[in-house]
Amino acid sequence: MQTVFSIGVDALAYGMVLFVISIGLSVTMGLMRVVNLAHGAFAMIGGYIASYAARDLGLGYAVAVMLAVVGTILIAIPVERLLYRRIYGQPELTQVLMTIGITFCIIGIANYVFGPTLKTIPTPEALREPVSLGFRTVSAHRLFVIGCGLAVALGLWYFIERTAFGVKLRASVDNAAMAAALGVKTQVVYAVSFAVAVGLAAFGGVVGAELLPIEPYYALRYMVTFLVVVSVGGAGSIPGALAACLLLGGIDTTGRYLMPEFGEFFFYLAVIAIVWLFPRGLAGRAK
Amino acid sequence: MKTFTIAALAAALLGGVAHADTIKVGVVGPFSGPFALQGKNFKAGIDAYMALNGNTVGDDTIEIIYRDIPTADPAQSKALSQELVVKEGVQYLAGFYFTPDAMAATPLLEQANVPMVVMNAATSAIVTKSPYVVRTSFTTWQTSTPIAKVAFDGGTKKVISVVSDYGPGVDAEAAFKAGFEKAGGAVVEAIRMPLQTNDFSPIMQRIKDSGAEGVFAFLPSGPTTLGFVKAFNENGLKDAGVKFFAPGDLTQESDLPALGESALGLQTTFHYAVSHGSAENKKFVEAAVKAIGNPAELSFPSVGAYDGMHVIYKMIEATGGEQDAAKAVEAVKGLSWESPRGPVTIDPESRHITQNIYLREVAKAEDGTYYNKEIQTFEKQGDPGLAAAK
Repeated sequence: MQTVFSIGVDALAYGMVLFVISIGLSVTMGLMRVVNLAHGAFAMIGGYIASYAARDLGLGYAVAVMLAVVGTILIAIPVERLLYRRIYGQPELTQVLMTIGITFCIIGIANYVFGPTLKTIPTPEALREPVSLGFRTVSAHRLFVIGCGLAVALGLWYFIERTAFGVKLRASVDNAAMAAALGVKTQVVYAVSFAVAVGLAAFGGVVGAELLPIEPYYALRYMVTFLVVVSVGGAGSIPGALAACLLLGGIDTTGRYLMPEFGEFFFYLAVIAIVWLFPRGLAGRAK
Repeated sequence: MKTFTIAALAAALLGGVAHADTIKVGVVGPFSGPFALQGKNFKAGIDAYMALNGNTVGDDTIEIIYRDIPTADPAQSKALSQELVVKEGVQYLAGFYFTPDAMAATPLLEQANVPMVVMNAATSAIVTKSPYVVRTSFTTWQTSTPIAKVAFDGGTKKVISVVSDYGPGVDAEAAFKAGFEKAGGAVVEAIRMPLQTNDFSPIMQRIKDSGAEGVFAFLPSGPTTLGFVKAFNENGLKDAGVKFFAPGDLTQESDLPALGESALGLQTTFHYAVSHGSAENKKFVEAAVKAIGNPAELSFPSVGAYDGMHVIYKMIEATGGEQDAAKAVEAVKGLSWESPRGPVTIDPESRHITQNIYLREVAKAEDGTYYNKEIQTFEKQGDPGLAAAK
């Protein structure tokens, strides 16, 4: 029984890390219809900024997280204006080629500027302590990540479903021409949504850095994982992404505990089964 | 003039006999991509050797030609090696970070009349693939066997081994098991983890449930190592008194700044620590740091490359610059010298390097950086892996 609880805690924590990192991609792919393979690259930029702020400048963790999110958005704005704006509504292949190109550029620049070594983001003392849950200990950082995941899920749901901006965003996505005719500034809506998605990527990159350490190849190394989460969850759906992360996190963690020599077998078996049963993902909307 | 041209052409066709004034050495390694740091270390070691010993042997000038192979890719390695031999006319092949890359190029050696000096690839069997292979790095068996003795002598009798599921990991598992059971201990469980593991918590739970007093671990250096060591601490295994044993790949110098506090006190066995206290090493580190730029990036492949260059220089000396692979390899069999890592010998039988293996502990220097502090020496260790394979 203890083992079951123990696996449960690990699964929840891992699932939440996946969620925080992938949800931004779900927004770009589902709501903005852009296959943004450079998502991991933006997460990596966030990680580098936070690492630089916390390690080299000696700033606090909270400040570093904020700087990372703001800094990454600032970097992303000219990229959106100059590059992404051209590929909205283009065929997927064009989008994939463009964004994978951006990814390689960012990898090269990161390698040149920060060097090929691993970068850590020092966490505050309070997050480093192991916390006892009675039946086992778990690092405080994991609990923090679980909290962040829940906060992001709630906040984003409220933002998209309950605010005036969310209404405009959904309108622009469903029918850009009609929304523009009704006075919605679609370009601004897209720019803001892109900024939000990039900000989430950066946030995920920073808080997830304990599990997925920051180094130049981060952007490629975890790309498949992000894409799997989005396609299983259903692009653009927050509850879908959350369910996918918890489910995949659970299957992966259990598989690794019981039969580590099977590797990622169970993870991908689950992905195949889910995509077979729900071709649009768990909560994907029909077109 | 015409006769001169013909003579030069003839000389070139004969493979640069006698008065060839430039001897080319082809180095194959990962100089871009995720393992670029290791390639950079190759280059730093080679540059350091040439800075300290000059770029000439006798009348001949040595020229290094680099070929990039970003990840383990045997077919590409073979193609690049062939191109180096045929088009560039190299007399020596060197480098090779990954075992499959080295293996793939060995069939070329005999026909091309080219010796290969392996500067890293650490699987025991490579030297058996061709009589022209000489290795100046280490094998996983060589570095993993002494830690078994350290574990047993330290009072740990039950160990669980946890390795990444790929060639070197399996080698490390076998080496530790052989050494530990010979000493009288028991390996209670052997877990092989997939290479793509990000979250090590479930593995830590397995370790805890196994009731072992210590864990032997092997993972490729880089991001996974960081995750593993962190998980070890955060899941309370360190506090529960579970001992941690590993070969030195896990605490290579370029990863230490990232591992930091969480690696403090980890004991590993390896053939080289940048901190090794000898005049030879001081000279080497100074030159290598100059070559690599950032002192924090200097790590073990550099010393394999440095000694590899030493072997190649000796080969050129012995053959007088002529292309004669058999004579060159014969000349370095049994060769002994003082390497930055300590006294080393090329074992005449296996053509692999016999060297000291050191037990080291991650310690904090006065300036706040972390380093591997050598605390015990196992002298003149050969490669137990070849014997085990027979």
